[in-house]
Amino acid sequence: MELVLAVSIGVMASCGVYLMLRPRTFQVIIGLSLLSYAVNLFIFAMGRLRVGAAPVLSKDGVVDPSLYTDPVPQALVLTAIVIGFAMTALFLVVLLAARGLTGTDHVDGRERR
Amino acid sequence: MNSILDHLVILPILLPMATGALLLMFDDRLRNARALISLGSAVLLVLLAVLLMSQANAQPSGVLESYAVGNWPAPFGIVLVADRLSAMMVLLTAILGLATLCYSLARWHMAGSSFHSLFQFLLMGINGAFLTGDIFNLFVFFEVMLAASYGLALHGQGATRVRASLHYIAVNLGASFLFLIGAALIYGIAGTLNMADLADKIAGLGEQDRVLVESGAAILGVAFLIKAGMWPLGFWLPTSYSAAAAPVAAVFAIMTKVGVYAVLRVSTLAFGAEAGASAGFGQNVLLIGGIATLAFGSVGVLAAQTTPRLASYSIIVSSGTLLATLGMGNAGATSGALFYLVVSTIAISAFFMLAELLDRVRIEGADVLAITMEAYGDDEDVDEEAEVGVAIPATLAVLSISFAICMLLIAGLPPLAGFVAKFAIISAVFNPLGLAEVAEVPAGAWWLAGLVIFSGFAALVALTRTWINIFWATMSERPAPVRVIEIAPVILLLALTVVATLMAGPALGYTQAIVDQLYAPAGQIPQVLETPLVVEIEEATP
Repeated sequence: MELVLAVSIGVMASCGVYLMLRPRTFQVIIGLSLLSYAVNLFIFAMGRLRVGAAPVLSKDGVVDPSLYTDPVPQALVLTAIVIGFAMTALFLVVLLAARGLTGTDHVDGRERR
Repeated sequence: MNSILDHLVILPILLPMATGALLLMFDDRLRNARALISLGSAVLLVLLAVLLMSQANAQPSGVLESYAVGNWPAPFGIVLVADRLSAMMVLLTAILGLATLCYSLARWHMAGSSFHSLFQFLLMGINGAFLTGDIFNLFVFFEVMLAASYGLALHGQGATRVRASLHYIAVNLGASFLFLIGAALIYGIAGTLNMADLADKIAGLGEQDRVLVESGAAILGVAFLIKAGMWPLGFWLPTSYSAAAAPVAAVFAIMTKVGVYAVLRVSTLAFGAEAGASAGFGQNVLLIGGIATLAFGSVGVLAAQTTPRLASYSIIVSSGTLLATLGMGNAGATSGALFYLVVSTIAISAFFMLAELLDRVRIEGADVLAITMEAYGDDEDVDEEAEVGVAIPATLAVLSISFAICMLLIAGLPPLAGFVAKFAIISAVFNPLGLAEVAEVPAGAWWLAGLVIFSGFAALVALTRTWINIFWATMSERPAPVRVIEIAPVILLLALTVVATLMAGPALGYTQAIVDQLYAPAGQIPQVLETPLVVEIEEATP
């Protein structure tokens, strides 16, 4: 499980970085999205991988924390997803505006000759 | 916990948030009401910040209060910490906010919708970043600040702004992901996101864990340094700042300082003298990177073709000076650097606003000149004869005096505060143990001092050139169309720096108190970790 997760984070991050460095705005936004998935998985993995353990404590009686997974990274991921999503949406709007105003989808707003 | 002043620490965040949200309810027809509310809130924010600073300064430990947001006990919940440094930064933000908002009321606030709301949210994000004591909360406030800044950078629209914003947003989104990776790595190893708790735990880490936490901190540092505009991470800065509307660029001057502040806060807390093997982590990177930034900024200042671009490169120079000085790890120099931070931010902010006013004069002048030359080329001699006795219009005189003050401040020439700050830095760098003892001067000190002086020289050359181009080459007959509401904030900011010059002694005393506390974090860690709850919880009865 660790290996699969590590490889998928690595592949997504490298694809994301590659696409971010491409000259077309659409490639940049897909790159940013891939990077955000990689980062979100990474945060999640920082809480250690556990199978079948709940993050929320049950109410009754004394609980044994070793039976539960760390809830903090999951809360962080949730925040990061929301913020990343909002920022990507905003970037998309700017991207469309740039396409409309400059007439090209190059990140510099003009084609390289 | 009854009076509202018990919640003073969170008020600089809540006030702009509430104002920004309230202003969303008003539509464009109620423009005057919107402007009034926004301005009132900005004035109130300055008062709050003054109160916060005076109260923080009155505490012997320098930490006014740590405030448990959400009423969770300290290492688990988020805390806000107001100490002398954050109080000073909040006050600086509030003053810049008031001045630039006042400037924008002349015309810029009408250039698009939601200007006031975005502006208030920007202030909220900046204040939050200065006040928080939690790394992930710092990320959230960074994002609030950045989200508002994206909107403001686009304010006024136009192809240039959209193109510049595209780069700005892409770079900052990338930086945010780095921030997240760094924060997650630190949490995964140290098991805490509270800065004070992290400082407490870092000394006790094992060898393997230490490497991981240090890499996390390094990734975090890259994210901060992108915001601070360090070479080679700051190429986005001149384009996007010079493309932004004048009042927006003027308030953005503080945003690079948020990055510098975060570097200073995290490095002194987590990698201070008590961090064991990790002490002083990353200082050389700051020193070398800062020196490279300083050199790059100075060349940029010389090469800049337009006044806003010149101001943007001045920001880079200011960042470089600060980062390099922090990299020296010298308490006295850091104290000077904090004074420099305040003075240079105010000066550059005023300069951004002035630049737009000057461009107006210049464009007016250039147009008139071109027409005169074309149409009445033969009468040139007569014109010159007539101009000998013409008095300088009052507006132009005020602008030129303001420009001269900005020049003195940015170049760091006596008698104004820019000189005092640079002198404090250089003096402390060469006398790390004080004037009484002779100490070995590190090699970095020569580079730093040399480049600080060179950057001042470069700024002087570039600014004098601009000054000549504007004031000696303009032949405008009509006085420049400048409104009082536009020039007043510039004069206010410059007057503040004059006050800072006169009060340089007490001001440097205050920054020295900040530094004493920063370099000995042990005193404040227990206070933060034992943050009292806002509302006492009664023991739950089964």
